[in-house]
Amino acid sequence: MDHLENRTLLTIITEAAIEHALLKDLEKLGIKGYTVSDVRGRGSRGVRDATWGEAANIRVEVICQREVALKALQFIQDKFYQNYAMISFLQEVEVLRPEKF
Amino acid sequence: MDIVVMFFLFGLIAGLLRSELKLPASLYESLSVFLLLAIGLKGGQGLAQQDLLPLLPQLGAVIALGVLQTLIAFFILITFGKFDRANAAAMAAHYGSVSVATFAVGSDWLASRDIFFESQMAIFLAVMEVPAIMVGIILVRGISKNTEWKALAHETFLGKGVTLLLGGMLIGWAAGPEGLASVKGVFFDLFKGALALFLLEMGLIVARQAGDLRQRGIFIIGFGVLMPLFSAVLGLSCGALIGLSIGGMTLLATLAASASYIAVPAAVRLAIPEANPALSLATVLGVTFPFNIMVGIPFYHYLAETLFGA
Repeated sequence: MDHLENRTLLTIITEAAIEHALLKDLEKLGIKGYTVSDVRGRGSRGVRDATWGEAANIRVEVICQREVALKALQFIQDKFYQNYAMISFLQEVEVLRPEKF
Repeated sequence: MDIVVMFFLFGLIAGLLRSELKLPASLYESLSVFLLLAIGLKGGQGLAQQDLLPLLPQLGAVIALGVLQTLIAFFILITFGKFDRANAAAMAAHYGSVSVATFAVGSDWLASRDIFFESQMAIFLAVMEVPAIMVGIILVRGISKNTEWKALAHETFLGKGVTLLLGGMLIGWAAGPEGLASVKGVFFDLFKGALALFLLEMGLIVARQAGDLRQRGIFIIGFGVLMPLFSAVLGLSCGALIGLSIGGMTLLATLAASASYIAVPAAVRLAIPEANPALSLATVLGVTFPFNIMVGIPFYHYLAETLFGA
């Protein structure tokens, strides 16, 4: 197998309403790729069951260098945490083709 | 009682009883696309048979109507509701804007009674969606440089609702009645069935607001009923001023009385993040929408006939 290298996986779960704004911000922070999925669940802001637009959640996953992930985490904390349903966390992952991330 | 309202009640009761009934989210999306297109096509077809220039002052009048409603709602919420500025402006924007579902029920109510209404009502629907959002944001932010106006304008003017309505209207206008004959079976004949299904889902959505509503108390319920009544009177007066028929006045009153629950919540969530979205949605969906489709529309028609009928 090719050489594996460490990168950081940043996961953000938040309201679908802010998808466009959030992704634009991430791109500005130098993030080149991401995966978005529609999800549902329950948290401090009640049940988000995705049965229609207002109650829909998304999960954004980004694999990048740790510095970039930390910068992004700080940024979204400042901009979104106070007013939006949002959680985010970091995990260490191992990837092939590290130049992609 | 109208058949489509029965579907709404079915959804509402099933939801309140916590039934397992759940329609797929994509069905709700598809039905709303269908309804918007059908309303647009029908309006456009009518517009193809009339002169468009006289409509310009009418458009000005309905925009002014939307702005006025937003300002009055804001004033009421600040003064009597003791709302903070952000929540008052967010809620006012919902009430200054319009609801497509309410419009659809209103036009269907009139059509099934063979009451004429003007084709430009579909344009009014598209035009009245936007100004309230702008006014609501200005009420909180002022004309601030921090607001991303360009993104916001893009979001509101090219949002799903306005795009589909205008697109449908353009096609209906260009194709005319003969061109539309081939798609009539889908868009016009199936309209009522699709609306019924859509309202079933609306009933389920409204039922989910019950919990939020219980926490908010009496002011919200009062506002959710009295604001549309007041707006309807404004709408009737505006309709009389621009010379609409009784059916047209009824529908303009319905538009004025209706409150947005799709376009405005999405735009306001971005532009006024500190406002609580559950507060506006519970009022709009839990009180105003059911009130309008069950009691409001027939009452606005009665008012139009009593005040302005020959």
